[in-house]
Amino acid sequence: MLVIAGLRRPGFGPFDLSVPPGTCCAVTGPSGAGKSVFLRMVADLDPCEGRVTLDGIDRDAVPAPLWRRRVTYLPAETGWWAETVGAHMAAPGPGFAADRAALRLPADVLDWPVARLSTGERQRLAFLRGLAGNPRVLLLDEPTAALDPAATEAVETILRRRMAEGMAALLVSHAAEQVARLADARFPVADGRPEIPAGRETSA
Amino acid sequence: MKTAVLGPADLALASVLVLASAGLSLALGLGLARTFAVAGLRTMLQLTLVGFVLRWIFAAASPWVVLAAAAVMMTAATAEIAARQERPLRGLWRHGLGGATMASATVLAVGFGYLTQLRPAVWYDPRVLVPLVGIVLGSVMSAVSVGLNGLGLAVTRERAAIEARLALGATRFEALGGPMRGAIRAGLIPILNQMSAAGLVTLPGLMTGQILAGADPQGAADVQIVTLFLLAGAGALGTVAAVYGAAWRLTDARHRLRLDRLAPPRP
Repeated sequence: MLVIAGLRRPGFGPFDLSVPPGTCCAVTGPSGAGKSVFLRMVADLDPCEGRVTLDGIDRDAVPAPLWRRRVTYLPAETGWWAETVGAHMAAPGPGFAADRAALRLPADVLDWPVARLSTGERQRLAFLRGLAGNPRVLLLDEPTAALDPAATEAVETILRRRMAEGMAALLVSHAAEQVARLADARFPVADGRPEIPAGRETSA
Repeated sequence: MKTAVLGPADLALASVLVLASAGLSLALGLGLARTFAVAGLRTMLQLTLVGFVLRWIFAAASPWVVLAAAAVMMTAATAEIAARQERPLRGLWRHGLGGATMASATVLAVGFGYLTQLRPAVWYDPRVLVPLVGIVLGSVMSAVSVGLNGLGLAVTRERAAIEARLALGATRFEALGGPMRGAIRAGLIPILNQMSAAGLVTLPGLMTGQILAGADPQGAADVQIVTLFLLAGAGALGTVAAVYGAAWRLTDARHRLRLDRLAPPRP
């Protein structure tokens, strides 16, 4: 269980939210509402105050790199730092080949130079890369914005299978149909704050 | 052998080249014309002034005067490093990091140099200490400037890649490894070139000066070799320390990239 309590930074929050394992919570709201900032704060990528715990363990009690391997943020803008795709991937786990094939990426994709990848290929590969570390919680920021319907469906199928295995997800998506298909709960955000009517606050 | 004596006419002739460079910058829109003119003027004024000041320092022959001279040189070099940064660190770090690493590397290298026959009879002999500090300082200043500037630009340009690595669980020095190596390499290329090409492509400044002033070329070569080694050691030490310090400052204990600690780009 991911529990967020009083998470805030100047101009944002406080946010309170619980995400049980195996579920997906959609963070919704207009552009500029602070959805990405919220995900970054959960991943501890921006300075912030408040408590975030995973299965009762406070993130301040574990080194930040370890926290981010468990609670992994996939930004909308994918980042690349080496020549070939393979140099960006941790040792691929057992499900890697099946996921790669489901995303319609060929077996030799690891040898491809990053410079030649299309935006959609980058997005699918960044998704694979994030899953390769087997995170307990995945923070998805517009994961299918650059993908066609078939690739979007493949991403959602893989997400559902991971969630069935216990992974939790926070999803930022502008596609209302995708939110309807994936989300077990919704967390509306506006002007950097949770948009929850008084008296209906989620308990921390 | 007679030492060359240059007059105002020689200076005017050489300045034509600087003016031509400034004109080229204007024509190509590089935005460096003003900088060229100011740098040219500063070269002339500063070196002329230094001639007078050195004459006075040599005559005084006091350890306090020599130390004060070294302090002034280091202060000027610190300001130069800060001025070369397109994205300097905010606050005291802007001058503090470059200045401290440069000064420490210089003191270490000069101290090392004093283990050799370069050591004068009295340690504060201005004829040895002032030029030695000057040549080491100049080289370290360039290396640290290039290294710090390279890191500041690389972290802003490669923000997405660095944050992608951090988000996947990399430590701060893993995530910044590429930009840090690039910055250190860029800072050390000039001194490496200077060592490899020494004598073949260029006659290094110190040797040139000694030979022009009438010294024996073989003796001048030995002095040049020792000083080049001092420069290489000081440059590598200063640049590595400065780049690591900047990478440390541009991240925090929770391994976050803190670009808010860089000053905004100049307009």
